[in-house]
Amino acid sequence: MAEETKVRLHGMWASPFVRLVKLTLEIKDIQSEYVEEDLENRSLVLLNYNPIHKKVPVLVVNGKPLVESLIILEYIDETWRNGPRFLPEDPYKKAQLRFWCSFVHKQVFETMMSVLTSDGEEQEKAAKEFFERLSTLEEEIKNIFPEGIQVIDQKNVGLLDLVVVTTLSHYKAQEEYLGLKLIDPEMTPLLFSWLTALLELPLVKEALPHHEKVVGFLKYLRQETLKSTSA
Amino acid sequence: MAEEVLVFGAWGSPFSRRVEMALKLKGIEYKYIEEDLTNKSPSLLKYNPVHKKIPVLVHNGKPVAESLVILEYIDETWKDHPILPKDPYERANARFWAKFIDEKCLSAIFKACWGACWGEEKEHEKAEIEHEKAVKEVSELLQFLENELKEKRYFGGETVGLLDIAANTIGYWLGVFEEASGVELLTREKFSKLCNWANEFVCVTAIKENLPPRDKLIAYFRNRFGAGNASK
Repeated sequence: MAEETKVRLHGMWASPFVRLVKLTLEIKDIQSEYVEEDLENRSLVLLNYNPIHKKVPVLVVNGKPLVESLIILEYIDETWRNGPRFLPEDPYKKAQLRFWCSFVHKQVFETMMSVLTSDGEEQEKAAKEFFERLSTLEEEIKNIFPEGIQVIDQKNVGLLDLVVVTTLSHYKAQEEYLGLKLIDPEMTPLLFSWLTALLELPLVKEALPHHEKVVGFLKYLRQETLKSTSA
Repeated sequence: MAEEVLVFGAWGSPFSRRVEMALKLKGIEYKYIEEDLTNKSPSLLKYNPVHKKIPVLVHNGKPVAESLVILEYIDETWKDHPILPKDPYERANARFWAKFIDEKCLSAIFKACWGACWGEEKEHEKAEIEHEKAVKEVSELLQFLENELKEKRYFGGETVGLLDIAANTIGYWLGVFEEASGVELLTREKFSKLCNWANEFVCVTAIKENLPPRDKLIAYFRNRFGAGNASK
């Protein structure tokens, strides 16, 4: 873009959807401002920019708001054409990518959240569904990496890499707190290797919040949901 | 090179009809395969092993699933009669509203039409309150769409675009649900723009030719979900 573009991201540190957009802006070297939103007390600005869902992330580009992380990603990729491209040109490859990104954001993330915010029998049920989704993903990884997990470089990182790592990046702290395995190297070895490689990327590593912060947030989430579900 | 385009769908599904509408708009020949959703074919299960759902588009043997993903694939593969604008912000906007319709509107509409019919006689009052809440929610959601339409003829501007096609659920199926359940949602007094748009939308050739017969659809939904308030 020729003239100066004002870019501001409204987010919340624990949201994988916000992390995704943040990482993308960094990889594309786009100068932007970041505003941390308190989801208990959303700013008027946020409610004005996203009146329908009232959620983060919201990316504001020259005063115009964009919402929904995957939609924001496509916008960023189409607008800032220098640097690494996240979406391939080939329509079929693009369609596959869109399908799998949506799968991770919906089917994987939602079942994961069910596991994180439940206990007892309900948690067991949720975990079973979550592991089924991970198995499906594991099968697909064989197609994506037919020769095994390649070395992933910050320069050749793709959209699905980012979606996977941002959705699952807190798993270790979550596993420790809950006392159950989420990403099992024996059940889903390819996913485990892929995630491990992605977590080593400097950009990702630097942005990982501290263990205590993740645990603290998980405790808060569980408190909120478990108290509201016990009649 | 001979192109082979297959569409796996179901006659009453707005999602598979979307795919056919887009192909028709672009003048693409395809072979349609009707799926019995109570007895899915081995081909469907092979082409969409993850969700096992229709629609699936198979282009020269390669499958694409999820109606909105398919619409984008169609637009990127066959460049005549583009259904998405060129400007990245406008594209993001169209994608947002299409997702909004699928993720928020449809379930709210269903709840308003048939949600209150479940439950027993003595819970009638509670059901009434729930029903009113559901109707109010649909009204709020439709208002967003009414505002988004502004003074345009179609969501896509002068011609039908991806968002118009995605809004087929609002443009045609909503009327069917209303008649099948007896619940009024898209009223002319509140949503004159949307009503005008719906009337124009169903007249577009590529759309008209891909709408399932209204009576058959009404009967199907009445049968499946009950006549709701229609018989009162």
